Amino acid sequence: MALDNSDIKRIAHLARIEISDAEADKTLTKLAGILTLIEQMQAVDTTGITPMSHSQDVVQRLRDDVVTATNQRETFQANASAVAGGLYLVPKVIE
Amino acid sequence: MINQSLKNLSQLLASKTVSSVEMTQTFLDRIRQYNPDINAYITVDEDKSLAQAKAADASIAAGTATALTGIPLAQKDIFCANGWKTTCGSKMLANFIAPYDAHVITQFNNVGAVNLGKTNMDEFAMGSSNETSYFGGVKNPWDLTRVPGGSSGGSAAAVAARLCAAATGTDTGGSIRQPASLCGFTGLKPTYGLVSRYGMIAFASSLDQAGPMAKSAEDCALMMNVMAGFDARDSTSLNHPKEDYTAQLNQPLAGLKVGLPKEYFAEGLDGDVAKVIEAAIAEYKKLGAEFVDISLPNANLSIPVYYVLAPAEASSNLSRYDGVRYGHRAAEYDDLMEMYMKSRAEGFGEEVKRRILIGTYVLSAGYYDAYYLKAQKIRHLIAEDFKAAFKQCDIIMGPTVPSTAFKTGEKTGDPIAMYLQDIYTIATNLAGLPGMSVPAGFSHDLPVGLQIIGNYFDEARMLNVAHAYQQVTDWHTAMPKGIA
Repeated sequence: MALDNSDIKRIAHLARIEISDAEADKTLTKLAGILTLIEQMQAVDTTGITPMSHSQDVVQRLRDDVVTATNQRETFQANASAVAGGLYLVPKVIE
Repeated sequence: MINQSLKNLSQLLASKTVSSVEMTQTFLDRIRQYNPDINAYITVDEDKSLAQAKAADASIAAGTATALTGIPLAQKDIFCANGWKTTCGSKMLANFIAPYDAHVITQFNNVGAVNLGKTNMDEFAMGSSNETSYFGGVKNPWDLTRVPGGSSGGSAAAVAARLCAAATGTDTGGSIRQPASLCGFTGLKPTYGLVSRYGMIAFASSLDQAGPMAKSAEDCALMMNVMAGFDARDSTSLNHPKEDYTAQLNQPLAGLKVGLPKEYFAEGLDGDVAKVIEAAIAEYKKLGAEFVDISLPNANLSIPVYYVLAPAEASSNLSRYDGVRYGHRAAEYDDLMEMYMKSRAEGFGEEVKRRILIGTYVLSAGYYDAYYLKAQKIRHLIAEDFKAAFKQCDIIMGPTVPSTAFKTGEKTGDPIAMYLQDIYTIATNLAGLPGMSVPAGFSHDLPVGLQIIGNYFDEARMLNVAHAYQQVTDWHTAMPKGIA
């Protein structure tokens, strides 16, 4: 599928990355080449092939529902750009 | 001292010929001398390193030391290390102080190894030249006008220039092996799931795997003894019995069956690199190895499959950087959406954004089956190719990279040319198999790496195969000119 500038802006919005018109143009050229490369996959017949996500035949482990971590709120929040009273601050979202 | 094996360094410490503080200081002095030119380290904290060295000396004096106690190592800046700035090569995390240790860091701390600092890397491990780092490119110690490879380029340059005794790296599509080839040392990407990903900043979770980068196979084996092991905190960690990776090092190679995939010797391979690999094969024949021709018919699809799976997983993993809990936040914004969009636009570099966009596209509504699912199916076919190949041979060999280190800036404008650096390494990540790069000679004074691919959990045999070669050749002991 051929992409155009508006597709790039739509994808960038989905990815929550601000992009200018000039950047979208530049990105379009580079992405087009990569998507052409990816299209090579379509020539392969994969009927009946199961998708693979892990090389070993493993299943998700379960563990007992017990507390394993200690409260380290202050340590973790030291990396945040805006906190108050143990909460993360963001622009107002609810009117 | 700087060119000594880990075993010898450990003996120097055990015999109290040198203290860990002295050894650590030697490497810290070298970092001060060479790092301004090479840019291998992003963060060095001499006080922290020396405090660890002092503790190691106490442990040695008390007789509780093990193989790597007091040995100064470099850690790729993708591993969270408690209290250390951990940037992943990105502006997004330029001020991030890790609040906990990655499993790999804990393992090295537990044996009393010394952390010399955090090494430079391509931003979020996305790159093959270290040029996408927010903290600037790394120079190849063999030729400062060339790249060290990537994404573990800082660790690679640090090992090559002897700015550490050994280092850690991570390999999603070749990020340990390609820089090992370009910088002339030994690097191992273990079987997927053998080394825990806990605290290792995620790029493509189904492919990311940590491993050692060191001067020799024996050094890599000693590192693996510390790094490998089950960890319940990584949901894909494998409960594989603990092994001693040094145990098989001295096994004879007579009768070893080595497969040569015809696809790895086809068009695109540099003629001089091919000659080096052929000479290595001849050396292995003298050691008693037998060679068989094999085929990996779907190998040519590795790059297309990888550039669906890795960006898709990256776009998902990197959605956590929202400027709220950690990471860069834009200075000005009117509402929450704008805060997200600006923070991410400012915090991520060009290549990272490009991969997030590809990933977002292939995962967007209506495309999942055509891209991600299709890629996972072909991934299965690639794994089946290897399974069939390992019925014919014990080990697979070929070049690690089609060429030697390229000039800085040579491929930055052309992402696809850059992606082709990993053409021989990506398939093993997709299959989850272990792969190594071993120094095999030079082409125009630049190092060439021989790739060794093993079956699942066959790291001990691969290390044995590499070690045997390193007993009869000295490519791995060569040091870059100008580094003394």
